[in-house]
Amino acid sequence: MNAPLFSLARLDWTIYLSWIGVLAVLLIPAGKKEAIRWTALAFAAASLVVACVGLFTWAPATGGSGMDALRASFKPFEVTLPWIPALGASYHLGADGISLPLLVLTGVVAVTGILFSWNQENRVKEFFAFLLLLVSGVYGVFLSLDVLLLFAFYELAIIPKYFIIAIWGSTRKEYAAMKLVLYSFAGSSLVFVGIIALWAKAGGTTFDLLALKEVAFATDFQVFCFPLIFVGFAVLAGMWPFHTWAPTGHSAAPTAASMLLAGVVMKLGAYGCLRVGIFLFPEALTAYGGFWQLTIAVLAVIGIVYGAGAALVQRDFKFVVGYSSVSHMGFVLLGLVTLNTVGLDGAVLQMFSHGIVASLLFATVGRMVYDRTHTRELSELRSMRLVTQLPFAAVVFIIGGLASMGLPGFSGFVAEMQVLVGAWQHFPWLTIITGAGIVVTVWYTFRAFLTAFFGESGAGGEHLEPLPPITWQERTASFILLALLVLVGVLPSILLDRIDASAQLFINSITQAIP
Amino acid sequence: MLLVDVGLLRAKEPASRAAWIGGLTVLGLVGVLALLGQHLAVTGDLYFMDRDRVLVIDRLAIVLRIIIVALALGASLLSIRYPFTKHYGEYFALLLFATVGLNLLVATENLLMFFVALELLSVCLYALTGMHRGVLRSAEGAVKYFMVGALSSAFLLFGLSWIVGSTGATDLPALRDALAGGGNALRLTGLVFVVVGLGFKLAAVPFHTWTPDAYQGAPTPVTAFIATASKVASFVVGAKILLVGFAGMAGSAHWPWRELSSGTFGAARIEPGWVLLLAVLAAASMIWGNLAALTQKNVKRMLAYSSIAHTGYLLLGVMAANQAGLTAVLAYLVAYAVTTLGAFGVVAALTRQLGGDDLEDLDGLARRAPGMALLLLVFVLSLAGIPPLAGFIAKFNLFAVAVRADAQELGLLWLVFVGLAGSAVSLYYYVLILKHALVHAPRRSDPVRVDTLWMVPLVVLAVLVVVIGAWPQPLLELFGALVEGAGLIR
Repeated sequence: MNAPLFSLARLDWTIYLSWIGVLAVLLIPAGKKEAIRWTALAFAAASLVVACVGLFTWAPATGGSGMDALRASFKPFEVTLPWIPALGASYHLGADGISLPLLVLTGVVAVTGILFSWNQENRVKEFFAFLLLLVSGVYGVFLSLDVLLLFAFYELAIIPKYFIIAIWGSTRKEYAAMKLVLYSFAGSSLVFVGIIALWAKAGGTTFDLLALKEVAFATDFQVFCFPLIFVGFAVLAGMWPFHTWAPTGHSAAPTAASMLLAGVVMKLGAYGCLRVGIFLFPEALTAYGGFWQLTIAVLAVIGIVYGAGAALVQRDFKFVVGYSSVSHMGFVLLGLVTLNTVGLDGAVLQMFSHGIVASLLFATVGRMVYDRTHTRELSELRSMRLVTQLPFAAVVFIIGGLASMGLPGFSGFVAEMQVLVGAWQHFPWLTIITGAGIVVTVWYTFRAFLTAFFGESGAGGEHLEPLPPITWQERTASFILLALLVLVGVLPSILLDRIDASAQLFINSITQAIP
Repeated sequence: MLLVDVGLLRAKEPASRAAWIGGLTVLGLVGVLALLGQHLAVTGDLYFMDRDRVLVIDRLAIVLRIIIVALALGASLLSIRYPFTKHYGEYFALLLFATVGLNLLVATENLLMFFVALELLSVCLYALTGMHRGVLRSAEGAVKYFMVGALSSAFLLFGLSWIVGSTGATDLPALRDALAGGGNALRLTGLVFVVVGLGFKLAAVPFHTWTPDAYQGAPTPVTAFIATASKVASFVVGAKILLVGFAGMAGSAHWPWRELSSGTFGAARIEPGWVLLLAVLAAASMIWGNLAALTQKNVKRMLAYSSIAHTGYLLLGVMAANQAGLTAVLAYLVAYAVTTLGAFGVVAALTRQLGGDDLEDLDGLARRAPGMALLLLVFVLSLAGIPPLAGFIAKFNLFAVAVRADAQELGLLWLVFVGLAGSAVSLYYYVLILKHALVHAPRRSDPVRVDTLWMVPLVVLAVLVVVIGAWPQPLLELFGALVEGAGLIR
């Protein structure tokens, strides 16, 4: 039974609040920019509150394993309404310990993204409308328990990205926006084929994820269908070699969009891989001597190392962060295919952790530095010695950078350790190569940090005109993100208890299916 | 209409003549709608049928006629303020004659009546296409449309003569029974000609050549009429002929997965029939329609190519060859017609003030007319198949049903692959339209004012697009029941 519409157990309010926010923003006259900003912030914050309440009220189910326990874990927030009975699609929402942290992440990034976009003066109304529309799609994906519904929300999130980048972006924005949209859409076309195939094969009567799980798909079919869905979603997760949209897109996007793209949208891809691909077709990973498992692990590790290497040689500050996202998402993909609880825990926590880190870094580079200096070229920033002018930005960046390296005490450490522990059981050699990626991460982070903030003094930087000071919105948003980084690093159990409970159920349901 | 124009209004100003005659047309169509609505109240599925099935008015036909009359109504509303001719009497009379042809087309199950109705429709459309006075493209489009259309009629008639000659049946159920044993060479030849003829009418590649010129040249309301009402009726009747009349000659277009994977390729049977022919047409339309649209600089021409691609998608539903397939085709046609009418409506409303209907003319629309830009966004994204708009769910349903028709073998999945590769490409040019309208800076800054007479129908259409997309169940249920009630397909 559905909880009453106006109750705290209705996490779907995250979606509706975003939609109401879109309408509210559209109804305010375009001239009242401040009102528009506050309205957008209010609705984003309200969604975040709903998501947080969800996270803290959800209790890991005790005892039991298998499908019944899995179903029970979705129960507290389950919403089921008929949608298209003709196809067997229902409006089925729910959340467990894997989706809840991601919902909170979405809320956090949306709120801080809006705070970091306070200086947006051009077509403000449309900007925040598109932003909230994008956020609503993201919430929808994380909440969907119906494959068609999930897919619909997933595609809903694609189009706003185009306009946000093409209208408000910088440097080759129209190219980057089109590239991003076409990559996303090509990926989702693969998913589309996969969904239709699996639906027809299951009898053409249901799209419900939990019901489909109980259909015994033949191994041959799993091996055929799995790559369609996994690769289709993984395009958005930035899997090498389909990652090239990510650095260009992230760099061209305005700050809030970079934050949402790297922080949340890439997680949509990984979440789709997990929730649909691996959940329904686990046998595809182990069949033929674990061919797909190994292939994806190799691609993930290439992504980790290649992303880090590419970040090392970039001249554009934002591209450094862009490539680091590709590298970090490699950990997520690697964790997903370990098929054990530790690896999966790590992957989900890494999604959360990287979401925060990437938001922080993009905010520093895009908002605090670029919007003031109007350059992202490391060679030009070098001569400015920004640490004297923007000490706050330097501090935020180095803390974010340390977290990004996976230093103990930050969330990234817990996450990446677990992924590596999980991966060691299957691919020790790949895990060792991944270590090289981590070393390079340290290297490129320090290189970027030192060049951008501690450039040569006396190279003309002292004559620089005074830059506008850091605003209160930037400070507030930075503190929120930094606090979360440290909090999850020191007390990972806040999230990890919940993730672990659901991950165990998830892995149980999978291993039961594998003969 | 002609009498009123010549007899009473000769001396009046053109604008007031347009309003009078257009208003009269709209009133008449509304009256027809009311009458048809009354027919719906009749219980039972069949309302009227004669011995040779020349006229079969069942519930399905009534609903389809309501849709077609509503689309004609939309096109007439668009025409009233669209300045392109002084021959209002002739224009609206032709539009109404074409509507009559459409009504007959969806309500017949007899091959002879089918041909007569098709000709009535086509002749009116040729003339309508050429009615943009003083515009060379309009004349060019009309001539091309006429030449190709006449040729296709010849093909169709030739094919039908072989079929009717060899079976002696002119109504579809009799034809089905006569062809139940499958085809011989004679009948297959006839079938090929019929499919080619239909391919011209439906604008499937490689018989699509008239489409871009006719769409671009015709006055925009006429383009909207051709792209919606005429397309709906042609598809319905084409599907009926193939699904009912030629049920015994379906053949198959299945990808030989099993034979390929087991290495016994020789064992893969190729079954000739119309499904195979449609598969070729569908794949070609989906690929070429989408690729050719990429380079277009004119919105109407681009939408013409996009309509060719949509024809390809629609053929997939016909190929499912079952009731669910026909239901999906009908639902898609409604979603497509509503969206397309809206898209051409926006173009028609803006053409005069923007100075043309090229992509560049749309530059900065978001600044000059935010409301119209939002409407355009809805319609174009629906054509691209983005949720939660009508185009998404209709396409999903269509492809899903086509694959489910043979769930164990997934034989038609290869066409879904082609279709989705095509629609991934299509997003590029749809976004290109939106890029000009929403992203580019305006070249002139004066705001564009749009009459309420334009706005109201467009807003209604946009709301329909969203509602159908978010909650398609009523539409699917309605057509599901109608198709089952019609009992044509076993």
